[in-house]
This record gives sequence, C-alpha cells and structure tokens, in this order.
Amino acid sequence: MKEIFTNIGNKDTRSGFGAGLLEAGRNNPDVVALCADLTGSLKMDEFAAEFPERFIQCGIAEANMIGVSAGLALSGKVPFAGSFANFLTGRVYDQVRQVVAYSDTNVKICASHAGVTLGEDGATHQIMEDIGLMRMLPNLTVINPCDYNQTKAATIAIAEFHGPVYLRFGRPSVPNFTPADQKFEIGKALKMIEGKDVTIFATGHLVWESIVAAQELEKSGISVELINIHTIKPLDRKAVLESVTKTRAVVCAEEHMIAGGMGELIAGLLSRELPTPVEFIAVDDMFGQSGTPAELLKEYKLDSGSIIEAIKKVFLRK
Amino acid sequence: MTSIAKLHEVASQVRRDIVRMVNMAGSGHPGGSLSSTDFLTALFFKEMNHNPKTWTREGKGSDMFFLSAGHLSPVYYSLLARTGYFPVKELAEFRKIGSRLQGHPSVERGLPGVHVASGSLGQGLSVACGAAIAKRLDNNKNNIYVLIGDGESEEGQIWEAALFAAQKKLDNLIAMTDWNGQQIDGPVCSILNLGNLESKWLSFGWDCLIVDGHNMESVLDAFKWAKKLAGNGKPKMLLMKTNMGQGVDFMQGTHLWHGKAPSNEQTEKALSQLQETLGDF
Repeated sequence: MKEIFTNIGNKDTRSGFGAGLLEAGRNNPDVVALCADLTGSLKMDEFAAEFPERFIQCGIAEANMIGVSAGLALSGKVPFAGSFANFLTGRVYDQVRQVVAYSDTNVKICASHAGVTLGEDGATHQIMEDIGLMRMLPNLTVINPCDYNQTKAATIAIAEFHGPVYLRFGRPSVPNFTPADQKFEIGKALKMIEGKDVTIFATGHLVWESIVAAQELEKSGISVELINIHTIKPLDRKAVLESVTKTRAVVCAEEHMIAGGMGELIAGLLSRELPTPVEFIAVDDMFGQSGTPAELLKEYKLDSGSIIEAIKKVFLRK
Repeated sequence: MTSIAKLHEVASQVRRDIVRMVNMAGSGHPGGSLSSTDFLTALFFKEMNHNPKTWTREGKGSDMFFLSAGHLSPVYYSLLARTGYFPVKELAEFRKIGSRLQGHPSVERGLPGVHVASGSLGQGLSVACGAAIAKRLDNNKNNIYVLIGDGESEEGQIWEAALFAAQKKLDNLIAMTDWNGQQIDGPVCSILNLGNLESKWLSFGWDCLIVDGHNMESVLDAFKWAKKLAGNGKPKMLLMKTNMGQGVDFMQGTHLWHGKAPSNEQTEKALSQLQETLGDF
C-alpha cells in the first residue's frame, strides 16, 4: 500500500453541500434551492443570502416541498430540495416515488444528517434505511460522498447532470482527505487503495474508517484494496467485479442497515457473477440511540476496529 | 370564439368518450370524470391559453394544466385528444398494455399534454405551485391551472400547499375543486367531512368562489373573474359544485360509480342519453 491519505482538517459533509450549492448557483441561473425550515442545518444560508429570489423557504411541510420541486423541475429549473434524510425519504416516499422518480423530474433531493452519526438527537432522526428506500426507485441516482471535498464536488456534478438524484451526507465533523480540485464522476467507483487480499467497498463516512483499518492491517500483512462507492446507484459493476476477481474476499462498509444497503447490492451482484465471501459492516436490524458520533460508530460496530475484525474474518473464509 | 352551445356539444361528446373508454377498458373512474366534464371543457376549449401542436413538458410561453386527481384520467384524456394533443382514436387504448393512456396519467411513455404523473392523491396542487413559481421566475404571465377533488382534499398535503401558495402570493395559480360530494366509500360528509370549504380556502388566504360547475355561463364568468384578479397577490380557488356522474341518470349523485365500469348494456343506456356530436373514436 503506497497511498497515504492526509486529513487536512475535520469538516462536516453538509458544509461541502452548502459550498457546492453556492457554486452550482453561480454556475447556472436555473439552479433553485428549497428548504423545510432547516436552512442553517443544511448550510444553505449562503445560497439563500446570495440568491434570495431563487431560495424557496417551504416551512415544515416536506411533502409539499417535494411537489413544488417537481413543478419547478418540469418547468426547466434545477431544484435542490434540502432537509434531513429522514424527512426526505420515509416521510415523503410516495411523493418522491410519484412526482420525482416515476415522473423523471430533475429534482436533487439533498439529505443531510443521514445515519447514526447524526448523534445525540437519537433514533427518531437517525435514518439508516434511506439508501434502500431510494435505490429501489427506478430512474433515481443515489450518491453518498465520503468527505467535505467530495460532497462539494458531487453537489456541483449533480447540478450538471439531468435526472433525479438522491444525495446523502451528514452532520458530524469528519476527516477531509480527498482533493479539493477533484472532478466528481457520477457512477464511477474510486479506487482509494490498491491491494490484493481483501476488497473493502465503503461509502460515506465509513470510507475514512476503512482507510484507518487498511493502514492498520498493512502492518499485519493483509493487503487491503479500498474502493469508494460514492455512487450506489448506478453501481459501478465493472469496478466491483475487477477488484473481486483479484481479491476474492469482500467487506462492505456503510452507515446504514444491512437490509437494502450497498452491501446487499454488491453481494447480490457477486452472487450472480462471482460468488465470493462477503462480510457486512452495517447495522443489523435495529434502531440507533443518542450518543456522540464516535461512541455510536463503535456501539453499532461501524468503526475502524470493527472493519479490521471483518477483514480478518473474511480473509480466513477465502 | 367558442359559443356556449358549442361547449355543450363538446361536453356531450367528452361524456360519450368517458363512458366508452371505461366500458372498453373494463375499469376506470366515470363518476368524477362526468362531474368535472363541463367546467374542464370550458377550460380546454375556451379559457386556457394553450397550443397542443407546440406543447412541451416545460410549458414555456403557455398556460399549464395539472390534474391532481389522477383517477379522472378519462375526462383528461378525452379533452387532450379532442383539443388535438394526440389522435382521438388513441382513446381506445385506455388502460391497455403498452398504451400511453395509463390508468392514471403518466409521463413515462410521453403522452402529450401530461406534465407529471398523478394518481396518488394530494400531490398535484404542490406541483402546480412549483410551476407557478417557475413562471414568475421566468417573468412569464401565463396561468397555472390545477384540478383537485373534494375527497382528495382530505389529504394533508393539500393544506400544506394551500398555506404555501398564499405565503408565496401565487396569483398566477387558478385551482379548481370538483365538489361533487362523493368519494369511494360514500358521501364526503359522512366519511371525513370537509365542513365549510369556502371559508377554509378564504381563511387560508385564497380568493375563493363557489360556482355552478354545470352552468357554462357561470363557469366562464368564474374563469374571467379569476383571470382578472391575476396580479392581486392571492391564489384562486374555484369551488365547482357538481353532481357525481352528471349526464348519465343512473350514475348521478352516488359514490357507487366512482370507480366502476358500466356493462355493455349499461353503456348503451348511458350513450342513449348523450348525443354524439364530434364523432366517436
């Protein structure tokens, strides 16, 4: 393993979204933003201040916000609708299904505070089912970037992409380690670390946890390949199969339920194309609770230590 | 100019289309389609500024119509075909496999005239609000029309959108309620009573007018009233008082024909009450 990733300073991915939205707004006058009374939490304030006529405060009425977004999109605007992941998926699933996905409207569903690292607010707000809910919908692209820089780049990229997108990011301050000048390619998995014994497919905040795990395991002689699945749908099948053909052992890591998550998606692909042992770093059919993000990652076995154990386990299953 | 007599002729043909489409498909929703036929005919054939030949989904430079109560697809499809959005003979494909005329409106197969899917209730008013904001951002003076049902108004999202439209002063939004008083399980007042709909819309900050939805003169006056008030900072609601199943005696005034297809014999009976004016499909 040669790649060294340096944390250039902790930042929250939602701020990456806010910065990307502002830039997308400057790039394209058709970009509009909507929020349901969470402008500060979503870091949409700078966009709202610079483009007040293109910022639409919807109040605590998310179902209506999704419909309004669809109406704007079919009229040629590029709406970014922001709220917490919980309220943009489960709460409005039927709206997203009918007027966004099925109607193929160019709506960008921008979901913050996803996963258990939302922290102290507890299980009512810690949605870990959203990837599954969203990836089941035809037409919808599902993206879960890993840090501030990648979230910013992804936000700019989806503004230029025509089609409905679910963009998932989070609340906590986490390592920022990908390049500031990166070009985000929707649907193209990123090989972060080259290795030969085990492949980790990781998404979102768990990409950094996987880097920590891979670096630790290097010392004990297990060569880990790490692939960042920032786009869960459409899945980069070629990148998955190429890596697994080489390693023949897989760990999938995500801040989500096992059910419906990226891991199941990859395991499903492998079961059809290349049967391979897979271990899942994900939450096994339970709700979260209050706590700090670090405590919760550990409690639900999503931290680097748990990833190390999973890698060792799958290595022995080869 | 389309005279009132001509509008009545068209409405009669549209009602024939509705009955025949639902009969041929063996399923569908005739009751609400028949109750909303008259005022929608006035809208499509006289009041709305639209050009079926140059229609785009974006609706630039044109009025736009949204059907929130998507189960009223028979009347919607008939009016779209009769105004030239697609061939009238395509009405025979309603609810058939591979058809552009899905049971509830869809954009997936590119049916001209349809901007967004509807069917799951309560959503179209919100979508229309979005389109109304887009018109304003584009400095376009066209109006946005949307039809909701009275039963549909039991959905909470309708009232989210009602608050929103008033807050955003969407005075280019002209909504209609097909107030036929019936829903699948029975009379609206016995299922989930809406109470005084007029005072509700007024208190939500809308301009609101109760209209005899089967009287063409009243309907035309109502649209003129609404259009004249464009620019006053308030969205408009036309509460169209109608009869479920209007025009077919055995379907009138009952929830039983909300979503039921007439038999061949019943279809003959219904058609005998509706003059063929433009030629059946």
